[in-house]
Amino acid sequence: MDVAVIKLGVGNTASVMFALERLGAKAVLTDDPVRIAEAERMILPGVGAAAAAMRLLDGGLRDVLREFSRPLLGICLGQQLLYDYSQEGGVAGLGLLPGEVSALEATSQLPTPHMGWSALQIDRENALLEGVNSGDYAYFVHSFVCPVDDATVATADYGRAFSAAVARGNLFGCQFHPERSGAVGARVLRNFIGLPC
Amino acid sequence: MPSKRIIACLDVKAGRVVKGVRFEGHTDMGDPAELAQRYRDEGADEIVIYDITASAERRTIDYDWLARVARVLDIPLAVAGGIRSCEQAIACLEHGADKVSINSPALERPELISEIAAVAGSQCVVVGVDSRMIDGAWRTFQYTGAAETIRRTPRLMLDWIAEAQELGAGEIVLNCMDQDGVRGGYDIAQLQAARERLRIPLVASGGAGAPSHFADVFLQADVSAALAAGIFHSGAVSIGDVKRAVRGAGLEVRL
Repeated sequence: MDVAVIKLGVGNTASVMFALERLGAKAVLTDDPVRIAEAERMILPGVGAAAAAMRLLDGGLRDVLREFSRPLLGICLGQQLLYDYSQEGGVAGLGLLPGEVSALEATSQLPTPHMGWSALQIDRENALLEGVNSGDYAYFVHSFVCPVDDATVATADYGRAFSAAVARGNLFGCQFHPERSGAVGARVLRNFIGLPC
Repeated sequence: MPSKRIIACLDVKAGRVVKGVRFEGHTDMGDPAELAQRYRDEGADEIVIYDITASAERRTIDYDWLARVARVLDIPLAVAGGIRSCEQAIACLEHGADKVSINSPALERPELISEIAAVAGSQCVVVGVDSRMIDGAWRTFQYTGAAETIRRTPRLMLDWIAEAQELGAGEIVLNCMDQDGVRGGYDIAQLQAARERLRIPLVASGGAGAPSHFADVFLQADVSAALAAGIFHSGAVSIGDVKRAVRGAGLEVRL
């Protein structure tokens, strides 16, 4: 199996599966720890709320994710779950990246969730973002954001700058939804699928 | 800042995209998957598939053709029409929708909003509202998909959108019925009033007839997105025309 997409409660996982299918990737939607541990690469898609997602991961998947040494991509909430802690529900994350996921403040000018296409600012060259340029638009839907630090490879802005994409070792994340970000998103997913294992 | 979104809505009846004026009388405009792809290629930021008679006919959308559209589409997809239970909402997400839009059933049972938000997240829950001015107040309507089923509800639009927001809606689509299909421009006054009540995104719907109408509604009502159906189907206005007009007015769009 090329890609294990983690089945984590309710969400738009079908969108992710369709996107991988369009790219010709062999992907399986699964919550079986054995299959996930054996996968060439793993996608942790964005679903529901952080607390609910962490509860689901506690059912045996947490260690599999923490110990996975091949490419792992967290999408949206999936990126947020890589961090130590999330203000959303006040829960501990996987602790694979340091820092805290914090809430976007709703203002009259900036409604939340941040829902829509925002421009990416590429901060650091990374294989995940090959062929993606600053100014390219990606589709975001979120109310919480990951800190900007040395794992950040791209930022976007919604009242303040946040990590639009991160990379460290085998870990990758994007706050935007590559499966719904047109040609830019398809490029990111293709880059991920092409990463050496 | 995010770019202003242009949403193409496919009003679907019996598996075909149709065009109607004030919800009455429909013309066949083509296949949903083909039209969705065309709008994606023209630069639509999002597609909504709205099964216009599902709610009135007490059924929900056909999951098979939802999946057929979702499979080929690489931009956000929302679905609307007859979703009256959490299970149906989940089934839509599992067949490739990114968001579900609920309207008449939410007016009947508002907790439906919080139930879906609790399992799928607020970002998946769009509340559609059909509203028009009667006796000096904007009033909500249900089952607007067919002339014989439309009925007014006791809820005032401004109260209802605030309630929907509190219950966990992630976005409101306000369809201004007096303007719908008339192409005279969006209902700026109504949308301005709605916008003041909300801290979640507001989508303008009903009345688009020219590219300048989109720039007007973004500038004057500060909505996050503007939705249109008929003008895109007929080819009278392209999504590219709209985006150039909005950018020309000094607003950010994804081109």
